Amino acid sequence: MRLAPVLRLILAALCLFIFSCSRETPPVKSSARSAGPPASGDALVIGTIGDASNLIPILASDAASHDIAGLVYNGLVKYDKNLNIVGDLAESWDVSQDGLVITFHLRKGVKWHDGEEFTSRDVIYTYRVTVDPNTPTAYAEDFKQVRNAEALDSYTVRITYDKPFAPALASWGMAVLPAHLLEGKDITKSPLTRKPLGTGPYRFKEWLAGQKIILEANPEYFEGKPYVGRYVSRLISDLSTMYLELKAGAIDLMNLTPIQFQRQTATPEFTTRYSKYRYPASMYVYLGYNLRNPLFSDKRVRRAITMAINKEEIIHGVLLGMGQKAHGPYKPGTWAYNPGIKDVGYDPKVARQLLAEAGWQPGPDGVLAKNGKPFQFTILTNQGNDLRIKTAQIIQQRLRAVGITVKIRVVEFASLISNFIDKRNFDAIIMGWTISQDPDLFDVWHSSKTGPKELNFIGYSNPEVDRLIEEGRGTFDQEKRRRCYWRIQEIMAADQPYTFLYVPDALPAVSARFRGIEPAPAGIMHNFHKWYVPKMEQVY
Amino acid sequence: MLNYLLKRLIMMIPLLLGITIITFAVIHLAPGEPVEMQTALSPKVTKETRERIRKFYGLDKPLHVQYVTWVTRLAKLDFGRSFASDNRPVLDKIKERIPVTLSLNIVALILEFGLAVPIGVLAARYRDRLFDKGMTIFVFIGFSAPSFALAIFGIYFFGVVLGWLPLSGLHSLGSESLPLLARLWDLAKHVILPIGIVTFGAIAGLSRYMRSSMLEVLGQDYIVTARAKGLSERVVIYRHALRNALLPAITLLGFSVPGLIGGSVIMESIFSIPGMGKLFFDGVMMRDYPLIMGILVIGAGLTLVGNLLADLLYAVADPRIRHGKG
Repeated sequence: MRLAPVLRLILAALCLFIFSCSRETPPVKSSARSAGPPASGDALVIGTIGDASNLIPILASDAASHDIAGLVYNGLVKYDKNLNIVGDLAESWDVSQDGLVITFHLRKGVKWHDGEEFTSRDVIYTYRVTVDPNTPTAYAEDFKQVRNAEALDSYTVRITYDKPFAPALASWGMAVLPAHLLEGKDITKSPLTRKPLGTGPYRFKEWLAGQKIILEANPEYFEGKPYVGRYVSRLISDLSTMYLELKAGAIDLMNLTPIQFQRQTATPEFTTRYSKYRYPASMYVYLGYNLRNPLFSDKRVRRAITMAINKEEIIHGVLLGMGQKAHGPYKPGTWAYNPGIKDVGYDPKVARQLLAEAGWQPGPDGVLAKNGKPFQFTILTNQGNDLRIKTAQIIQQRLRAVGITVKIRVVEFASLISNFIDKRNFDAIIMGWTISQDPDLFDVWHSSKTGPKELNFIGYSNPEVDRLIEEGRGTFDQEKRRRCYWRIQEIMAADQPYTFLYVPDALPAVSARFRGIEPAPAGIMHNFHKWYVPKMEQVY
Repeated sequence: MLNYLLKRLIMMIPLLLGITIITFAVIHLAPGEPVEMQTALSPKVTKETRERIRKFYGLDKPLHVQYVTWVTRLAKLDFGRSFASDNRPVLDKIKERIPVTLSLNIVALILEFGLAVPIGVLAARYRDRLFDKGMTIFVFIGFSAPSFALAIFGIYFFGVVLGWLPLSGLHSLGSESLPLLARLWDLAKHVILPIGIVTFGAIAGLSRYMRSSMLEVLGQDYIVTARAKGLSERVVIYRHALRNALLPAITLLGFSVPGLIGGSVIMESIFSIPGMGKLFFDGVMMRDYPLIMGILVIGAGLTLVGNLLADLLYAVADPRIRHGKG
């Protein structure tokens, strides 16, 4: 039978459509309610496990502080819901042809919460104080690449770099600080560390140390006053208590664990009061090999270990299925992620063959040995992360099946870093990396980063990967960058420097009275200032 | 007496110094540094950045130099600034937490003594009768049940199922706009569970002490004499026996004084109470040296003073331990 060409085209398009739909699983929303008209008022109460430390973002490195600061301050740019860089305090920007100069055109008429106008002076101050050697900040690195930052006028800032540096643009998402309150003062002792003042959708109201932080909607916010009147962050330092607070309705938002998501909240009583969301979290968990150890220097051995591990089983056993297999350092669905990489797959038979090729022969007791030495190593992981410990145990079982003896050692985090990772004193390690929004891999994968305390602690060195990493960060052309990162993922799939294990899902539950939530690759908080509670349902 | 007091006070200085040297050395032995804890495995932090932050905190200097700097400042009663990223004065952080911990502990201590002493006395009086056996079971449940499990169960039952009590924290949202009495009631509702559970767990030890000490006293000759005189049982027990039986309880009370500024990390975490236990625990986890040292020095100072006071009170109470005049 012959099909008319038009029909064929339609069919092809249809296939493509179905294919793309099935790959892009939309976030699960368990309950849907009618949307009333947007209304101002009410409050979002969240629980946080640790108290904020310092509300000047460049001085803080904890998530609690950055969550608050993120609502009080703005950067020049930000990531939108699809993780593209868009303007925030900058209306637009131009990158020069050679990629060396970025010119930001600032938004006019933006006011600080105290009524002063935001200008280029604030941007230049923020840059200067961040690179000032007397400022104890962990965020100076990206700004150190800047050769010169100058204000052309009150609303134009020109930044010059020594070499084209793609992550540079995103680095201007750093919160801009109010120069009129900080210039000429010691920033570490500024009252702003406890009472921040920014340009953002929420104004700081009150901080009861060790108890809660309260923010109020900023009526003069440049994107319009947020509907939700207050944002309250309550310190609840125990996760079981936090979950009970959620059940009692005393907090409105919390990230659930897989077991809470699947079993403990699967009651109609819960799902009518809360909406549950599910989307891939920005992190992956891996089994990393110390490549200086002769055991792991052969890539056939690493590949064999990956094949002996059943990732599916780990995701089912540990995450109750709330996650997906990882095969590279990127989050599925983002532009840098190469969907063409095939997972190595679980195949213990081929694993044994590969190990035999590498010289590992099973002894009478089934344990592999080479030159009389049995194949055994220790997996280290950090204390307090139950999921990783369980993962290690499942891996231990699977590797025993192919004749490799694995010991598991759980070490307190500080000790793991300073006694084992920093001293390169480990065989293999189960840890996780956050997947940053910019796909640059320099710090973790470039061979120049294998020095003491640097993050390529496994000692991975592949000249082609090095070259591609440099090329990728040296251009602003997303298409070119993507080609680099896609190729890197192919190389890593062949090299298996880590066994990439899984990308867990983020599983937030939000009180169902909040409307306007739009789950997206960036999560759910990206449009918080557009959330609202219909008048009838407001409780605070 | 004065001479003795002076001698003891002077002795405390080298003692305190010794304590600080040992603790200073020990906490620096723990793996990891504050800088490390704040920046470990962060791709954005290079070696230079790390060095810069270390220098800011003075961690680049040799340990003994750091100690001398710290101790010189301490001599001026300056506890330094916290190494946490808030960089606030240590004393401010402690001052913020002490009232909460102190008042909760005092209430719990009063309840504990107020309940355990009568329980012990009555159990001794009705030895081996139903009351004694019942109380034994009751206090041992309190003693054996892990407090964190009791706490979670209490929160679930009274907070979630019955909805009578708030779950955690010290104040309800919006309580600051309530009138004073309503605000106090709100606070009381928040602390019923934590104080109740701490007290429940502490009653066992003290009431058993009281019971055995009372039993011992009741077997003494002068009690037999009192009874033989024809005194009523009430007078025998509450006038003659109780006074003597209370002595060990007073000793125990003395021991609990330095503990008043310490809090339980577990209880504070579960109930989200901003107290000293959590402050110290977080300080240790973050390797916040000035904060750890500050709390330890205050604790050590209080213990030394408490010991001195106890010794002096013994001397007052018991002629046998009185010190040579002079």
